[in-house]
Amino acid sequence: MNPGAPRSTKQNRFLKTPGHRPGVSRAWMNPRGAAVGSGHDRRLRDLPFAGRPATIGAMHRREGLAKLAGRERYVDDLPLEGALWGMTVGSPAPRGRVTAIRFRPDVDWSEIAVVDHRDLPGPNEIILIERDQPVLAAGYVRHVHEPVVLVAHASRDMARRAARAVEVQIDPEPPALDFRLRPRPDQIQYGTDNVLKRLKIEKGDVERALARAPVVVEGTYETGAQEHVYIETQGMIAWLEGDVLVVKGSMQCPYYVHRALAHALARDERRVRVVQTPTGGGFGGKEEYPSTIALHTALLALKAGRPVKLIYDRAEDMAATTKRHPSQVRHRTGLTRDGRLLAQDIEVVLDGGAYVTLSPVVLSRGIIHAAGPYSCENVRIDGRVMFSNAVPFGAFRGFGAPQTLFACERHMDVIAATLGLDPAELRRVNLIRDGQTTATGQVINDGTDRVAVLERALALAEYADKRRVHAAFNTAHATKRRGLGLATFFHGAGFTGGGEMHLKSRAQVAGLPDGRVEVRSANIEMGQGTLTTFTQIAALRLGLSPEDVLIAEPDTATVPNSGPTVASRTTMVVGRLIERAADDLRNRVGLDDRARGAVVREAIRRWHSEHPGLGAQHAASLLGEAVYERPPGIAWDEERYQGDAYGAFAWAAHVAEVEVDLRTCETRVTDFVAVQEVGKVLNETLARGQVQGGVVQGIGWALMEECRFADGAMINNQLTNYIIPTSHDVPPIRVAFVENPYPHGGQGAKGLGELPIDGPAPAIVNAVAAATGADPRAIPLTPERLLRLIEGNEGGKVA
Amino acid sequence: MREGKSHETGGVTALTISFTLNGGPTSLDIDPAERLLDTLRYRLGLTGTKEGCGEGECGACTVYLDGLPVDACLVPTYQVRGCRVETVEALDPGQLEPFVAHGATQCGACTPGVVMTALWISAHPELLETHTIRELMAGNLCRCTGYDGIVESVAATLPASRGAPA
Repeated sequence: MNPGAPRSTKQNRFLKTPGHRPGVSRAWMNPRGAAVGSGHDRRLRDLPFAGRPATIGAMHRREGLAKLAGRERYVDDLPLEGALWGMTVGSPAPRGRVTAIRFRPDVDWSEIAVVDHRDLPGPNEIILIERDQPVLAAGYVRHVHEPVVLVAHASRDMARRAARAVEVQIDPEPPALDFRLRPRPDQIQYGTDNVLKRLKIEKGDVERALARAPVVVEGTYETGAQEHVYIETQGMIAWLEGDVLVVKGSMQCPYYVHRALAHALARDERRVRVVQTPTGGGFGGKEEYPSTIALHTALLALKAGRPVKLIYDRAEDMAATTKRHPSQVRHRTGLTRDGRLLAQDIEVVLDGGAYVTLSPVVLSRGIIHAAGPYSCENVRIDGRVMFSNAVPFGAFRGFGAPQTLFACERHMDVIAATLGLDPAELRRVNLIRDGQTTATGQVINDGTDRVAVLERALALAEYADKRRVHAAFNTAHATKRRGLGLATFFHGAGFTGGGEMHLKSRAQVAGLPDGRVEVRSANIEMGQGTLTTFTQIAALRLGLSPEDVLIAEPDTATVPNSGPTVASRTTMVVGRLIERAADDLRNRVGLDDRARGAVVREAIRRWHSEHPGLGAQHAASLLGEAVYERPPGIAWDEERYQGDAYGAFAWAAHVAEVEVDLRTCETRVTDFVAVQEVGKVLNETLARGQVQGGVVQGIGWALMEECRFADGAMINNQLTNYIIPTSHDVPPIRVAFVENPYPHGGQGAKGLGELPIDGPAPAIVNAVAAATGADPRAIPLTPERLLRLIEGNEGGKVA
Repeated sequence: MREGKSHETGGVTALTISFTLNGGPTSLDIDPAERLLDTLRYRLGLTGTKEGCGEGECGACTVYLDGLPVDACLVPTYQVRGCRVETVEALDPGQLEPFVAHGATQCGACTPGVVMTALWISAHPELLETHTIRELMAGNLCRCTGYDGIVESVAATLPASRGAPA
């Protein structure tokens, strides 16, 4: 392949420029220590503490003012002297053999750095759970936009022109494009049946219970893909510093990127350094994909011998990166006539796309949440992820749970309608009580009153009153319909099952010569508040003021591997590690766990005066450390998928109020109440912001965000035709917390980040059903889809 | 004054233009096709103005052009000849305190644009006689906050006599 490609050993013109030194600021090394947001100028670094609230718990977002003033430096903001701009050339077809790669002659190829799979020093694999995904396609493609060739040039326009001048020719083969259909033999591309992963949960005897149940209610529910739309698109920069490959960029998991680079580039781990730059939103979208773009940037930098910057524009980002897995979930539920659950038979099918990526663990979280926060003695959940020739689907806030909880919670309302019960009453009866078990047999015994969480939400939403008012309104009004809908749900925090044990996360708290401390972890800030909550946790533990706590830049050369910033684990799991590391630091300077404040600072200073020459970065310097330990009483059986799936669940109830215009079939959310029990709330402003942001992202997924696909690739890959909520599209999100500190979480916190996206879609669709009498089973519930339900033949009718 | 030298890009001769940037005179040579966003970010090092979508949907690149908020990704730089351009870098960080207190920023990528629009609203409170804050902020997409923190911040920066119709 690659005929006529200018990839001979002849040195390209751009390589003749005299040697350069990357101009990236090394602010992380400055004498003030690796303070927050290394890109800030020093003047602004102190600004975040300007307005000092009375308590640490009310601390303002640490890097807030720097972000507001435009001084935070994201990857595309970093000056990089002498850098080339990288571009990616992807496959135009969903499946087939690459027959030729043509480099059109209207570009002077001697000026362009060109990379293809033959430039990989190591195995052509993006190592993750499996190794099936190539870094660059090697003669065969499995999805549109699959990266085939990389180009780079000092001018961004020239690089773009060059990328457009590469023609990848494919001899097409039949793609598998609908994950819901059984593949034809000529569409089989993974195993014998295109099933990427199968998982099953069994509890009790479902068939027997269904056969005896007085009522059986069935339903099938579907959810669409969702694009993350982090406002900062994906991007990386890479260069060589001596024999160390340095890669910086927007990411959630520096050590995932580090591992992927070391593997595919066959480099010793010590010759790879990965640094996270301030990350403008992630939502899971920067969990696995950054490994791909980091490898591409690094390959170009190694080939060209110059720093390379590879920043996706919005269209490329939306088309080529991961999305939320589309799903189809079937429920068959046995009940007593008064609505008590007797049996739940659930089938979960996800679209995985063209490579395994994280789909097995998305499926795992999906099926564990599929039966909802209810007590039922007989449960069977059969899950599978299907291969398809689509851009791989990946991590997205909620990670499989929003899909299965949409089905579960919409199905609860379908059951309530079938039995003539109030949806709130059906949930009251079935919500799990302490001492009862989840689908995996995990005994819930956390002291949380889940019915009280529901009652609080109903009270705040004025559920009973509003239902009466709406009934009167709907009778009187010709074209408007109003309704309330609710969802009760849960979200397991941290890695599933034995995942946290497997990670063996480590975190450190260093004592600095001036008596301050520095928290060192690989967990990153992407807007969710890590810098602030970690500061609070360390300050509270040691009795220090926030100014005395620095947070190290996530740099694999200097911070330990505390695991990825995913799965709502950062505050709960890593926060707890920071507390224990702080305790260890205190013990190392001869203090017990009661020592606080000035005593601690003074002991740290004294240690350094007694150990001169050991600066903060010295290996033998003063360092408290903690390694993850499983909380007592937790057991998980990976083979049988039984046991304690999570150390803790957060619990929530959402109530949505909607108004539907029957002329346009447009749905407006007019009120939204979110009540949750997330352990201890560390910072009310930050926690409230997480819930409100998650709910609004959920409103988008429920009503407007529709990925349109052709040949397995998104074709509405623009913000003009992929619609996310604006401030005008959503009501104020009313948030209330019920607090029940979790003894094994940082400062008593449980995971919070993902929980709020599990509830909005079912709550809203239930509200639309209540308002209109239609029976929607799929999202996004766009006006077009609702119109077909109300006016068409899909079983709905206007009340 | 910045000294530009003439150059050619893609066969097109550069234009020399002058404008007022954050209160100071600026003169530079530009490609006629260059976007104001790129001029600010890559030529002048003013990286506070962010690119979110490149097509005028998200508002992350909001700057003031002769006092009006515009999307810098949609403005060809040659069109700012003789105009006043102000970016987030011109703001006094002191006036941003309410935005931190109310949680108006999370990841920060939309934030400079949000701040530019928000402060423009608070400088023109008469707009609230005909529009709500939520309507006026609808040109700035935020994926993190759910907008409540932003709307509350705008209300908090309004002159005291104004209510806060969110």
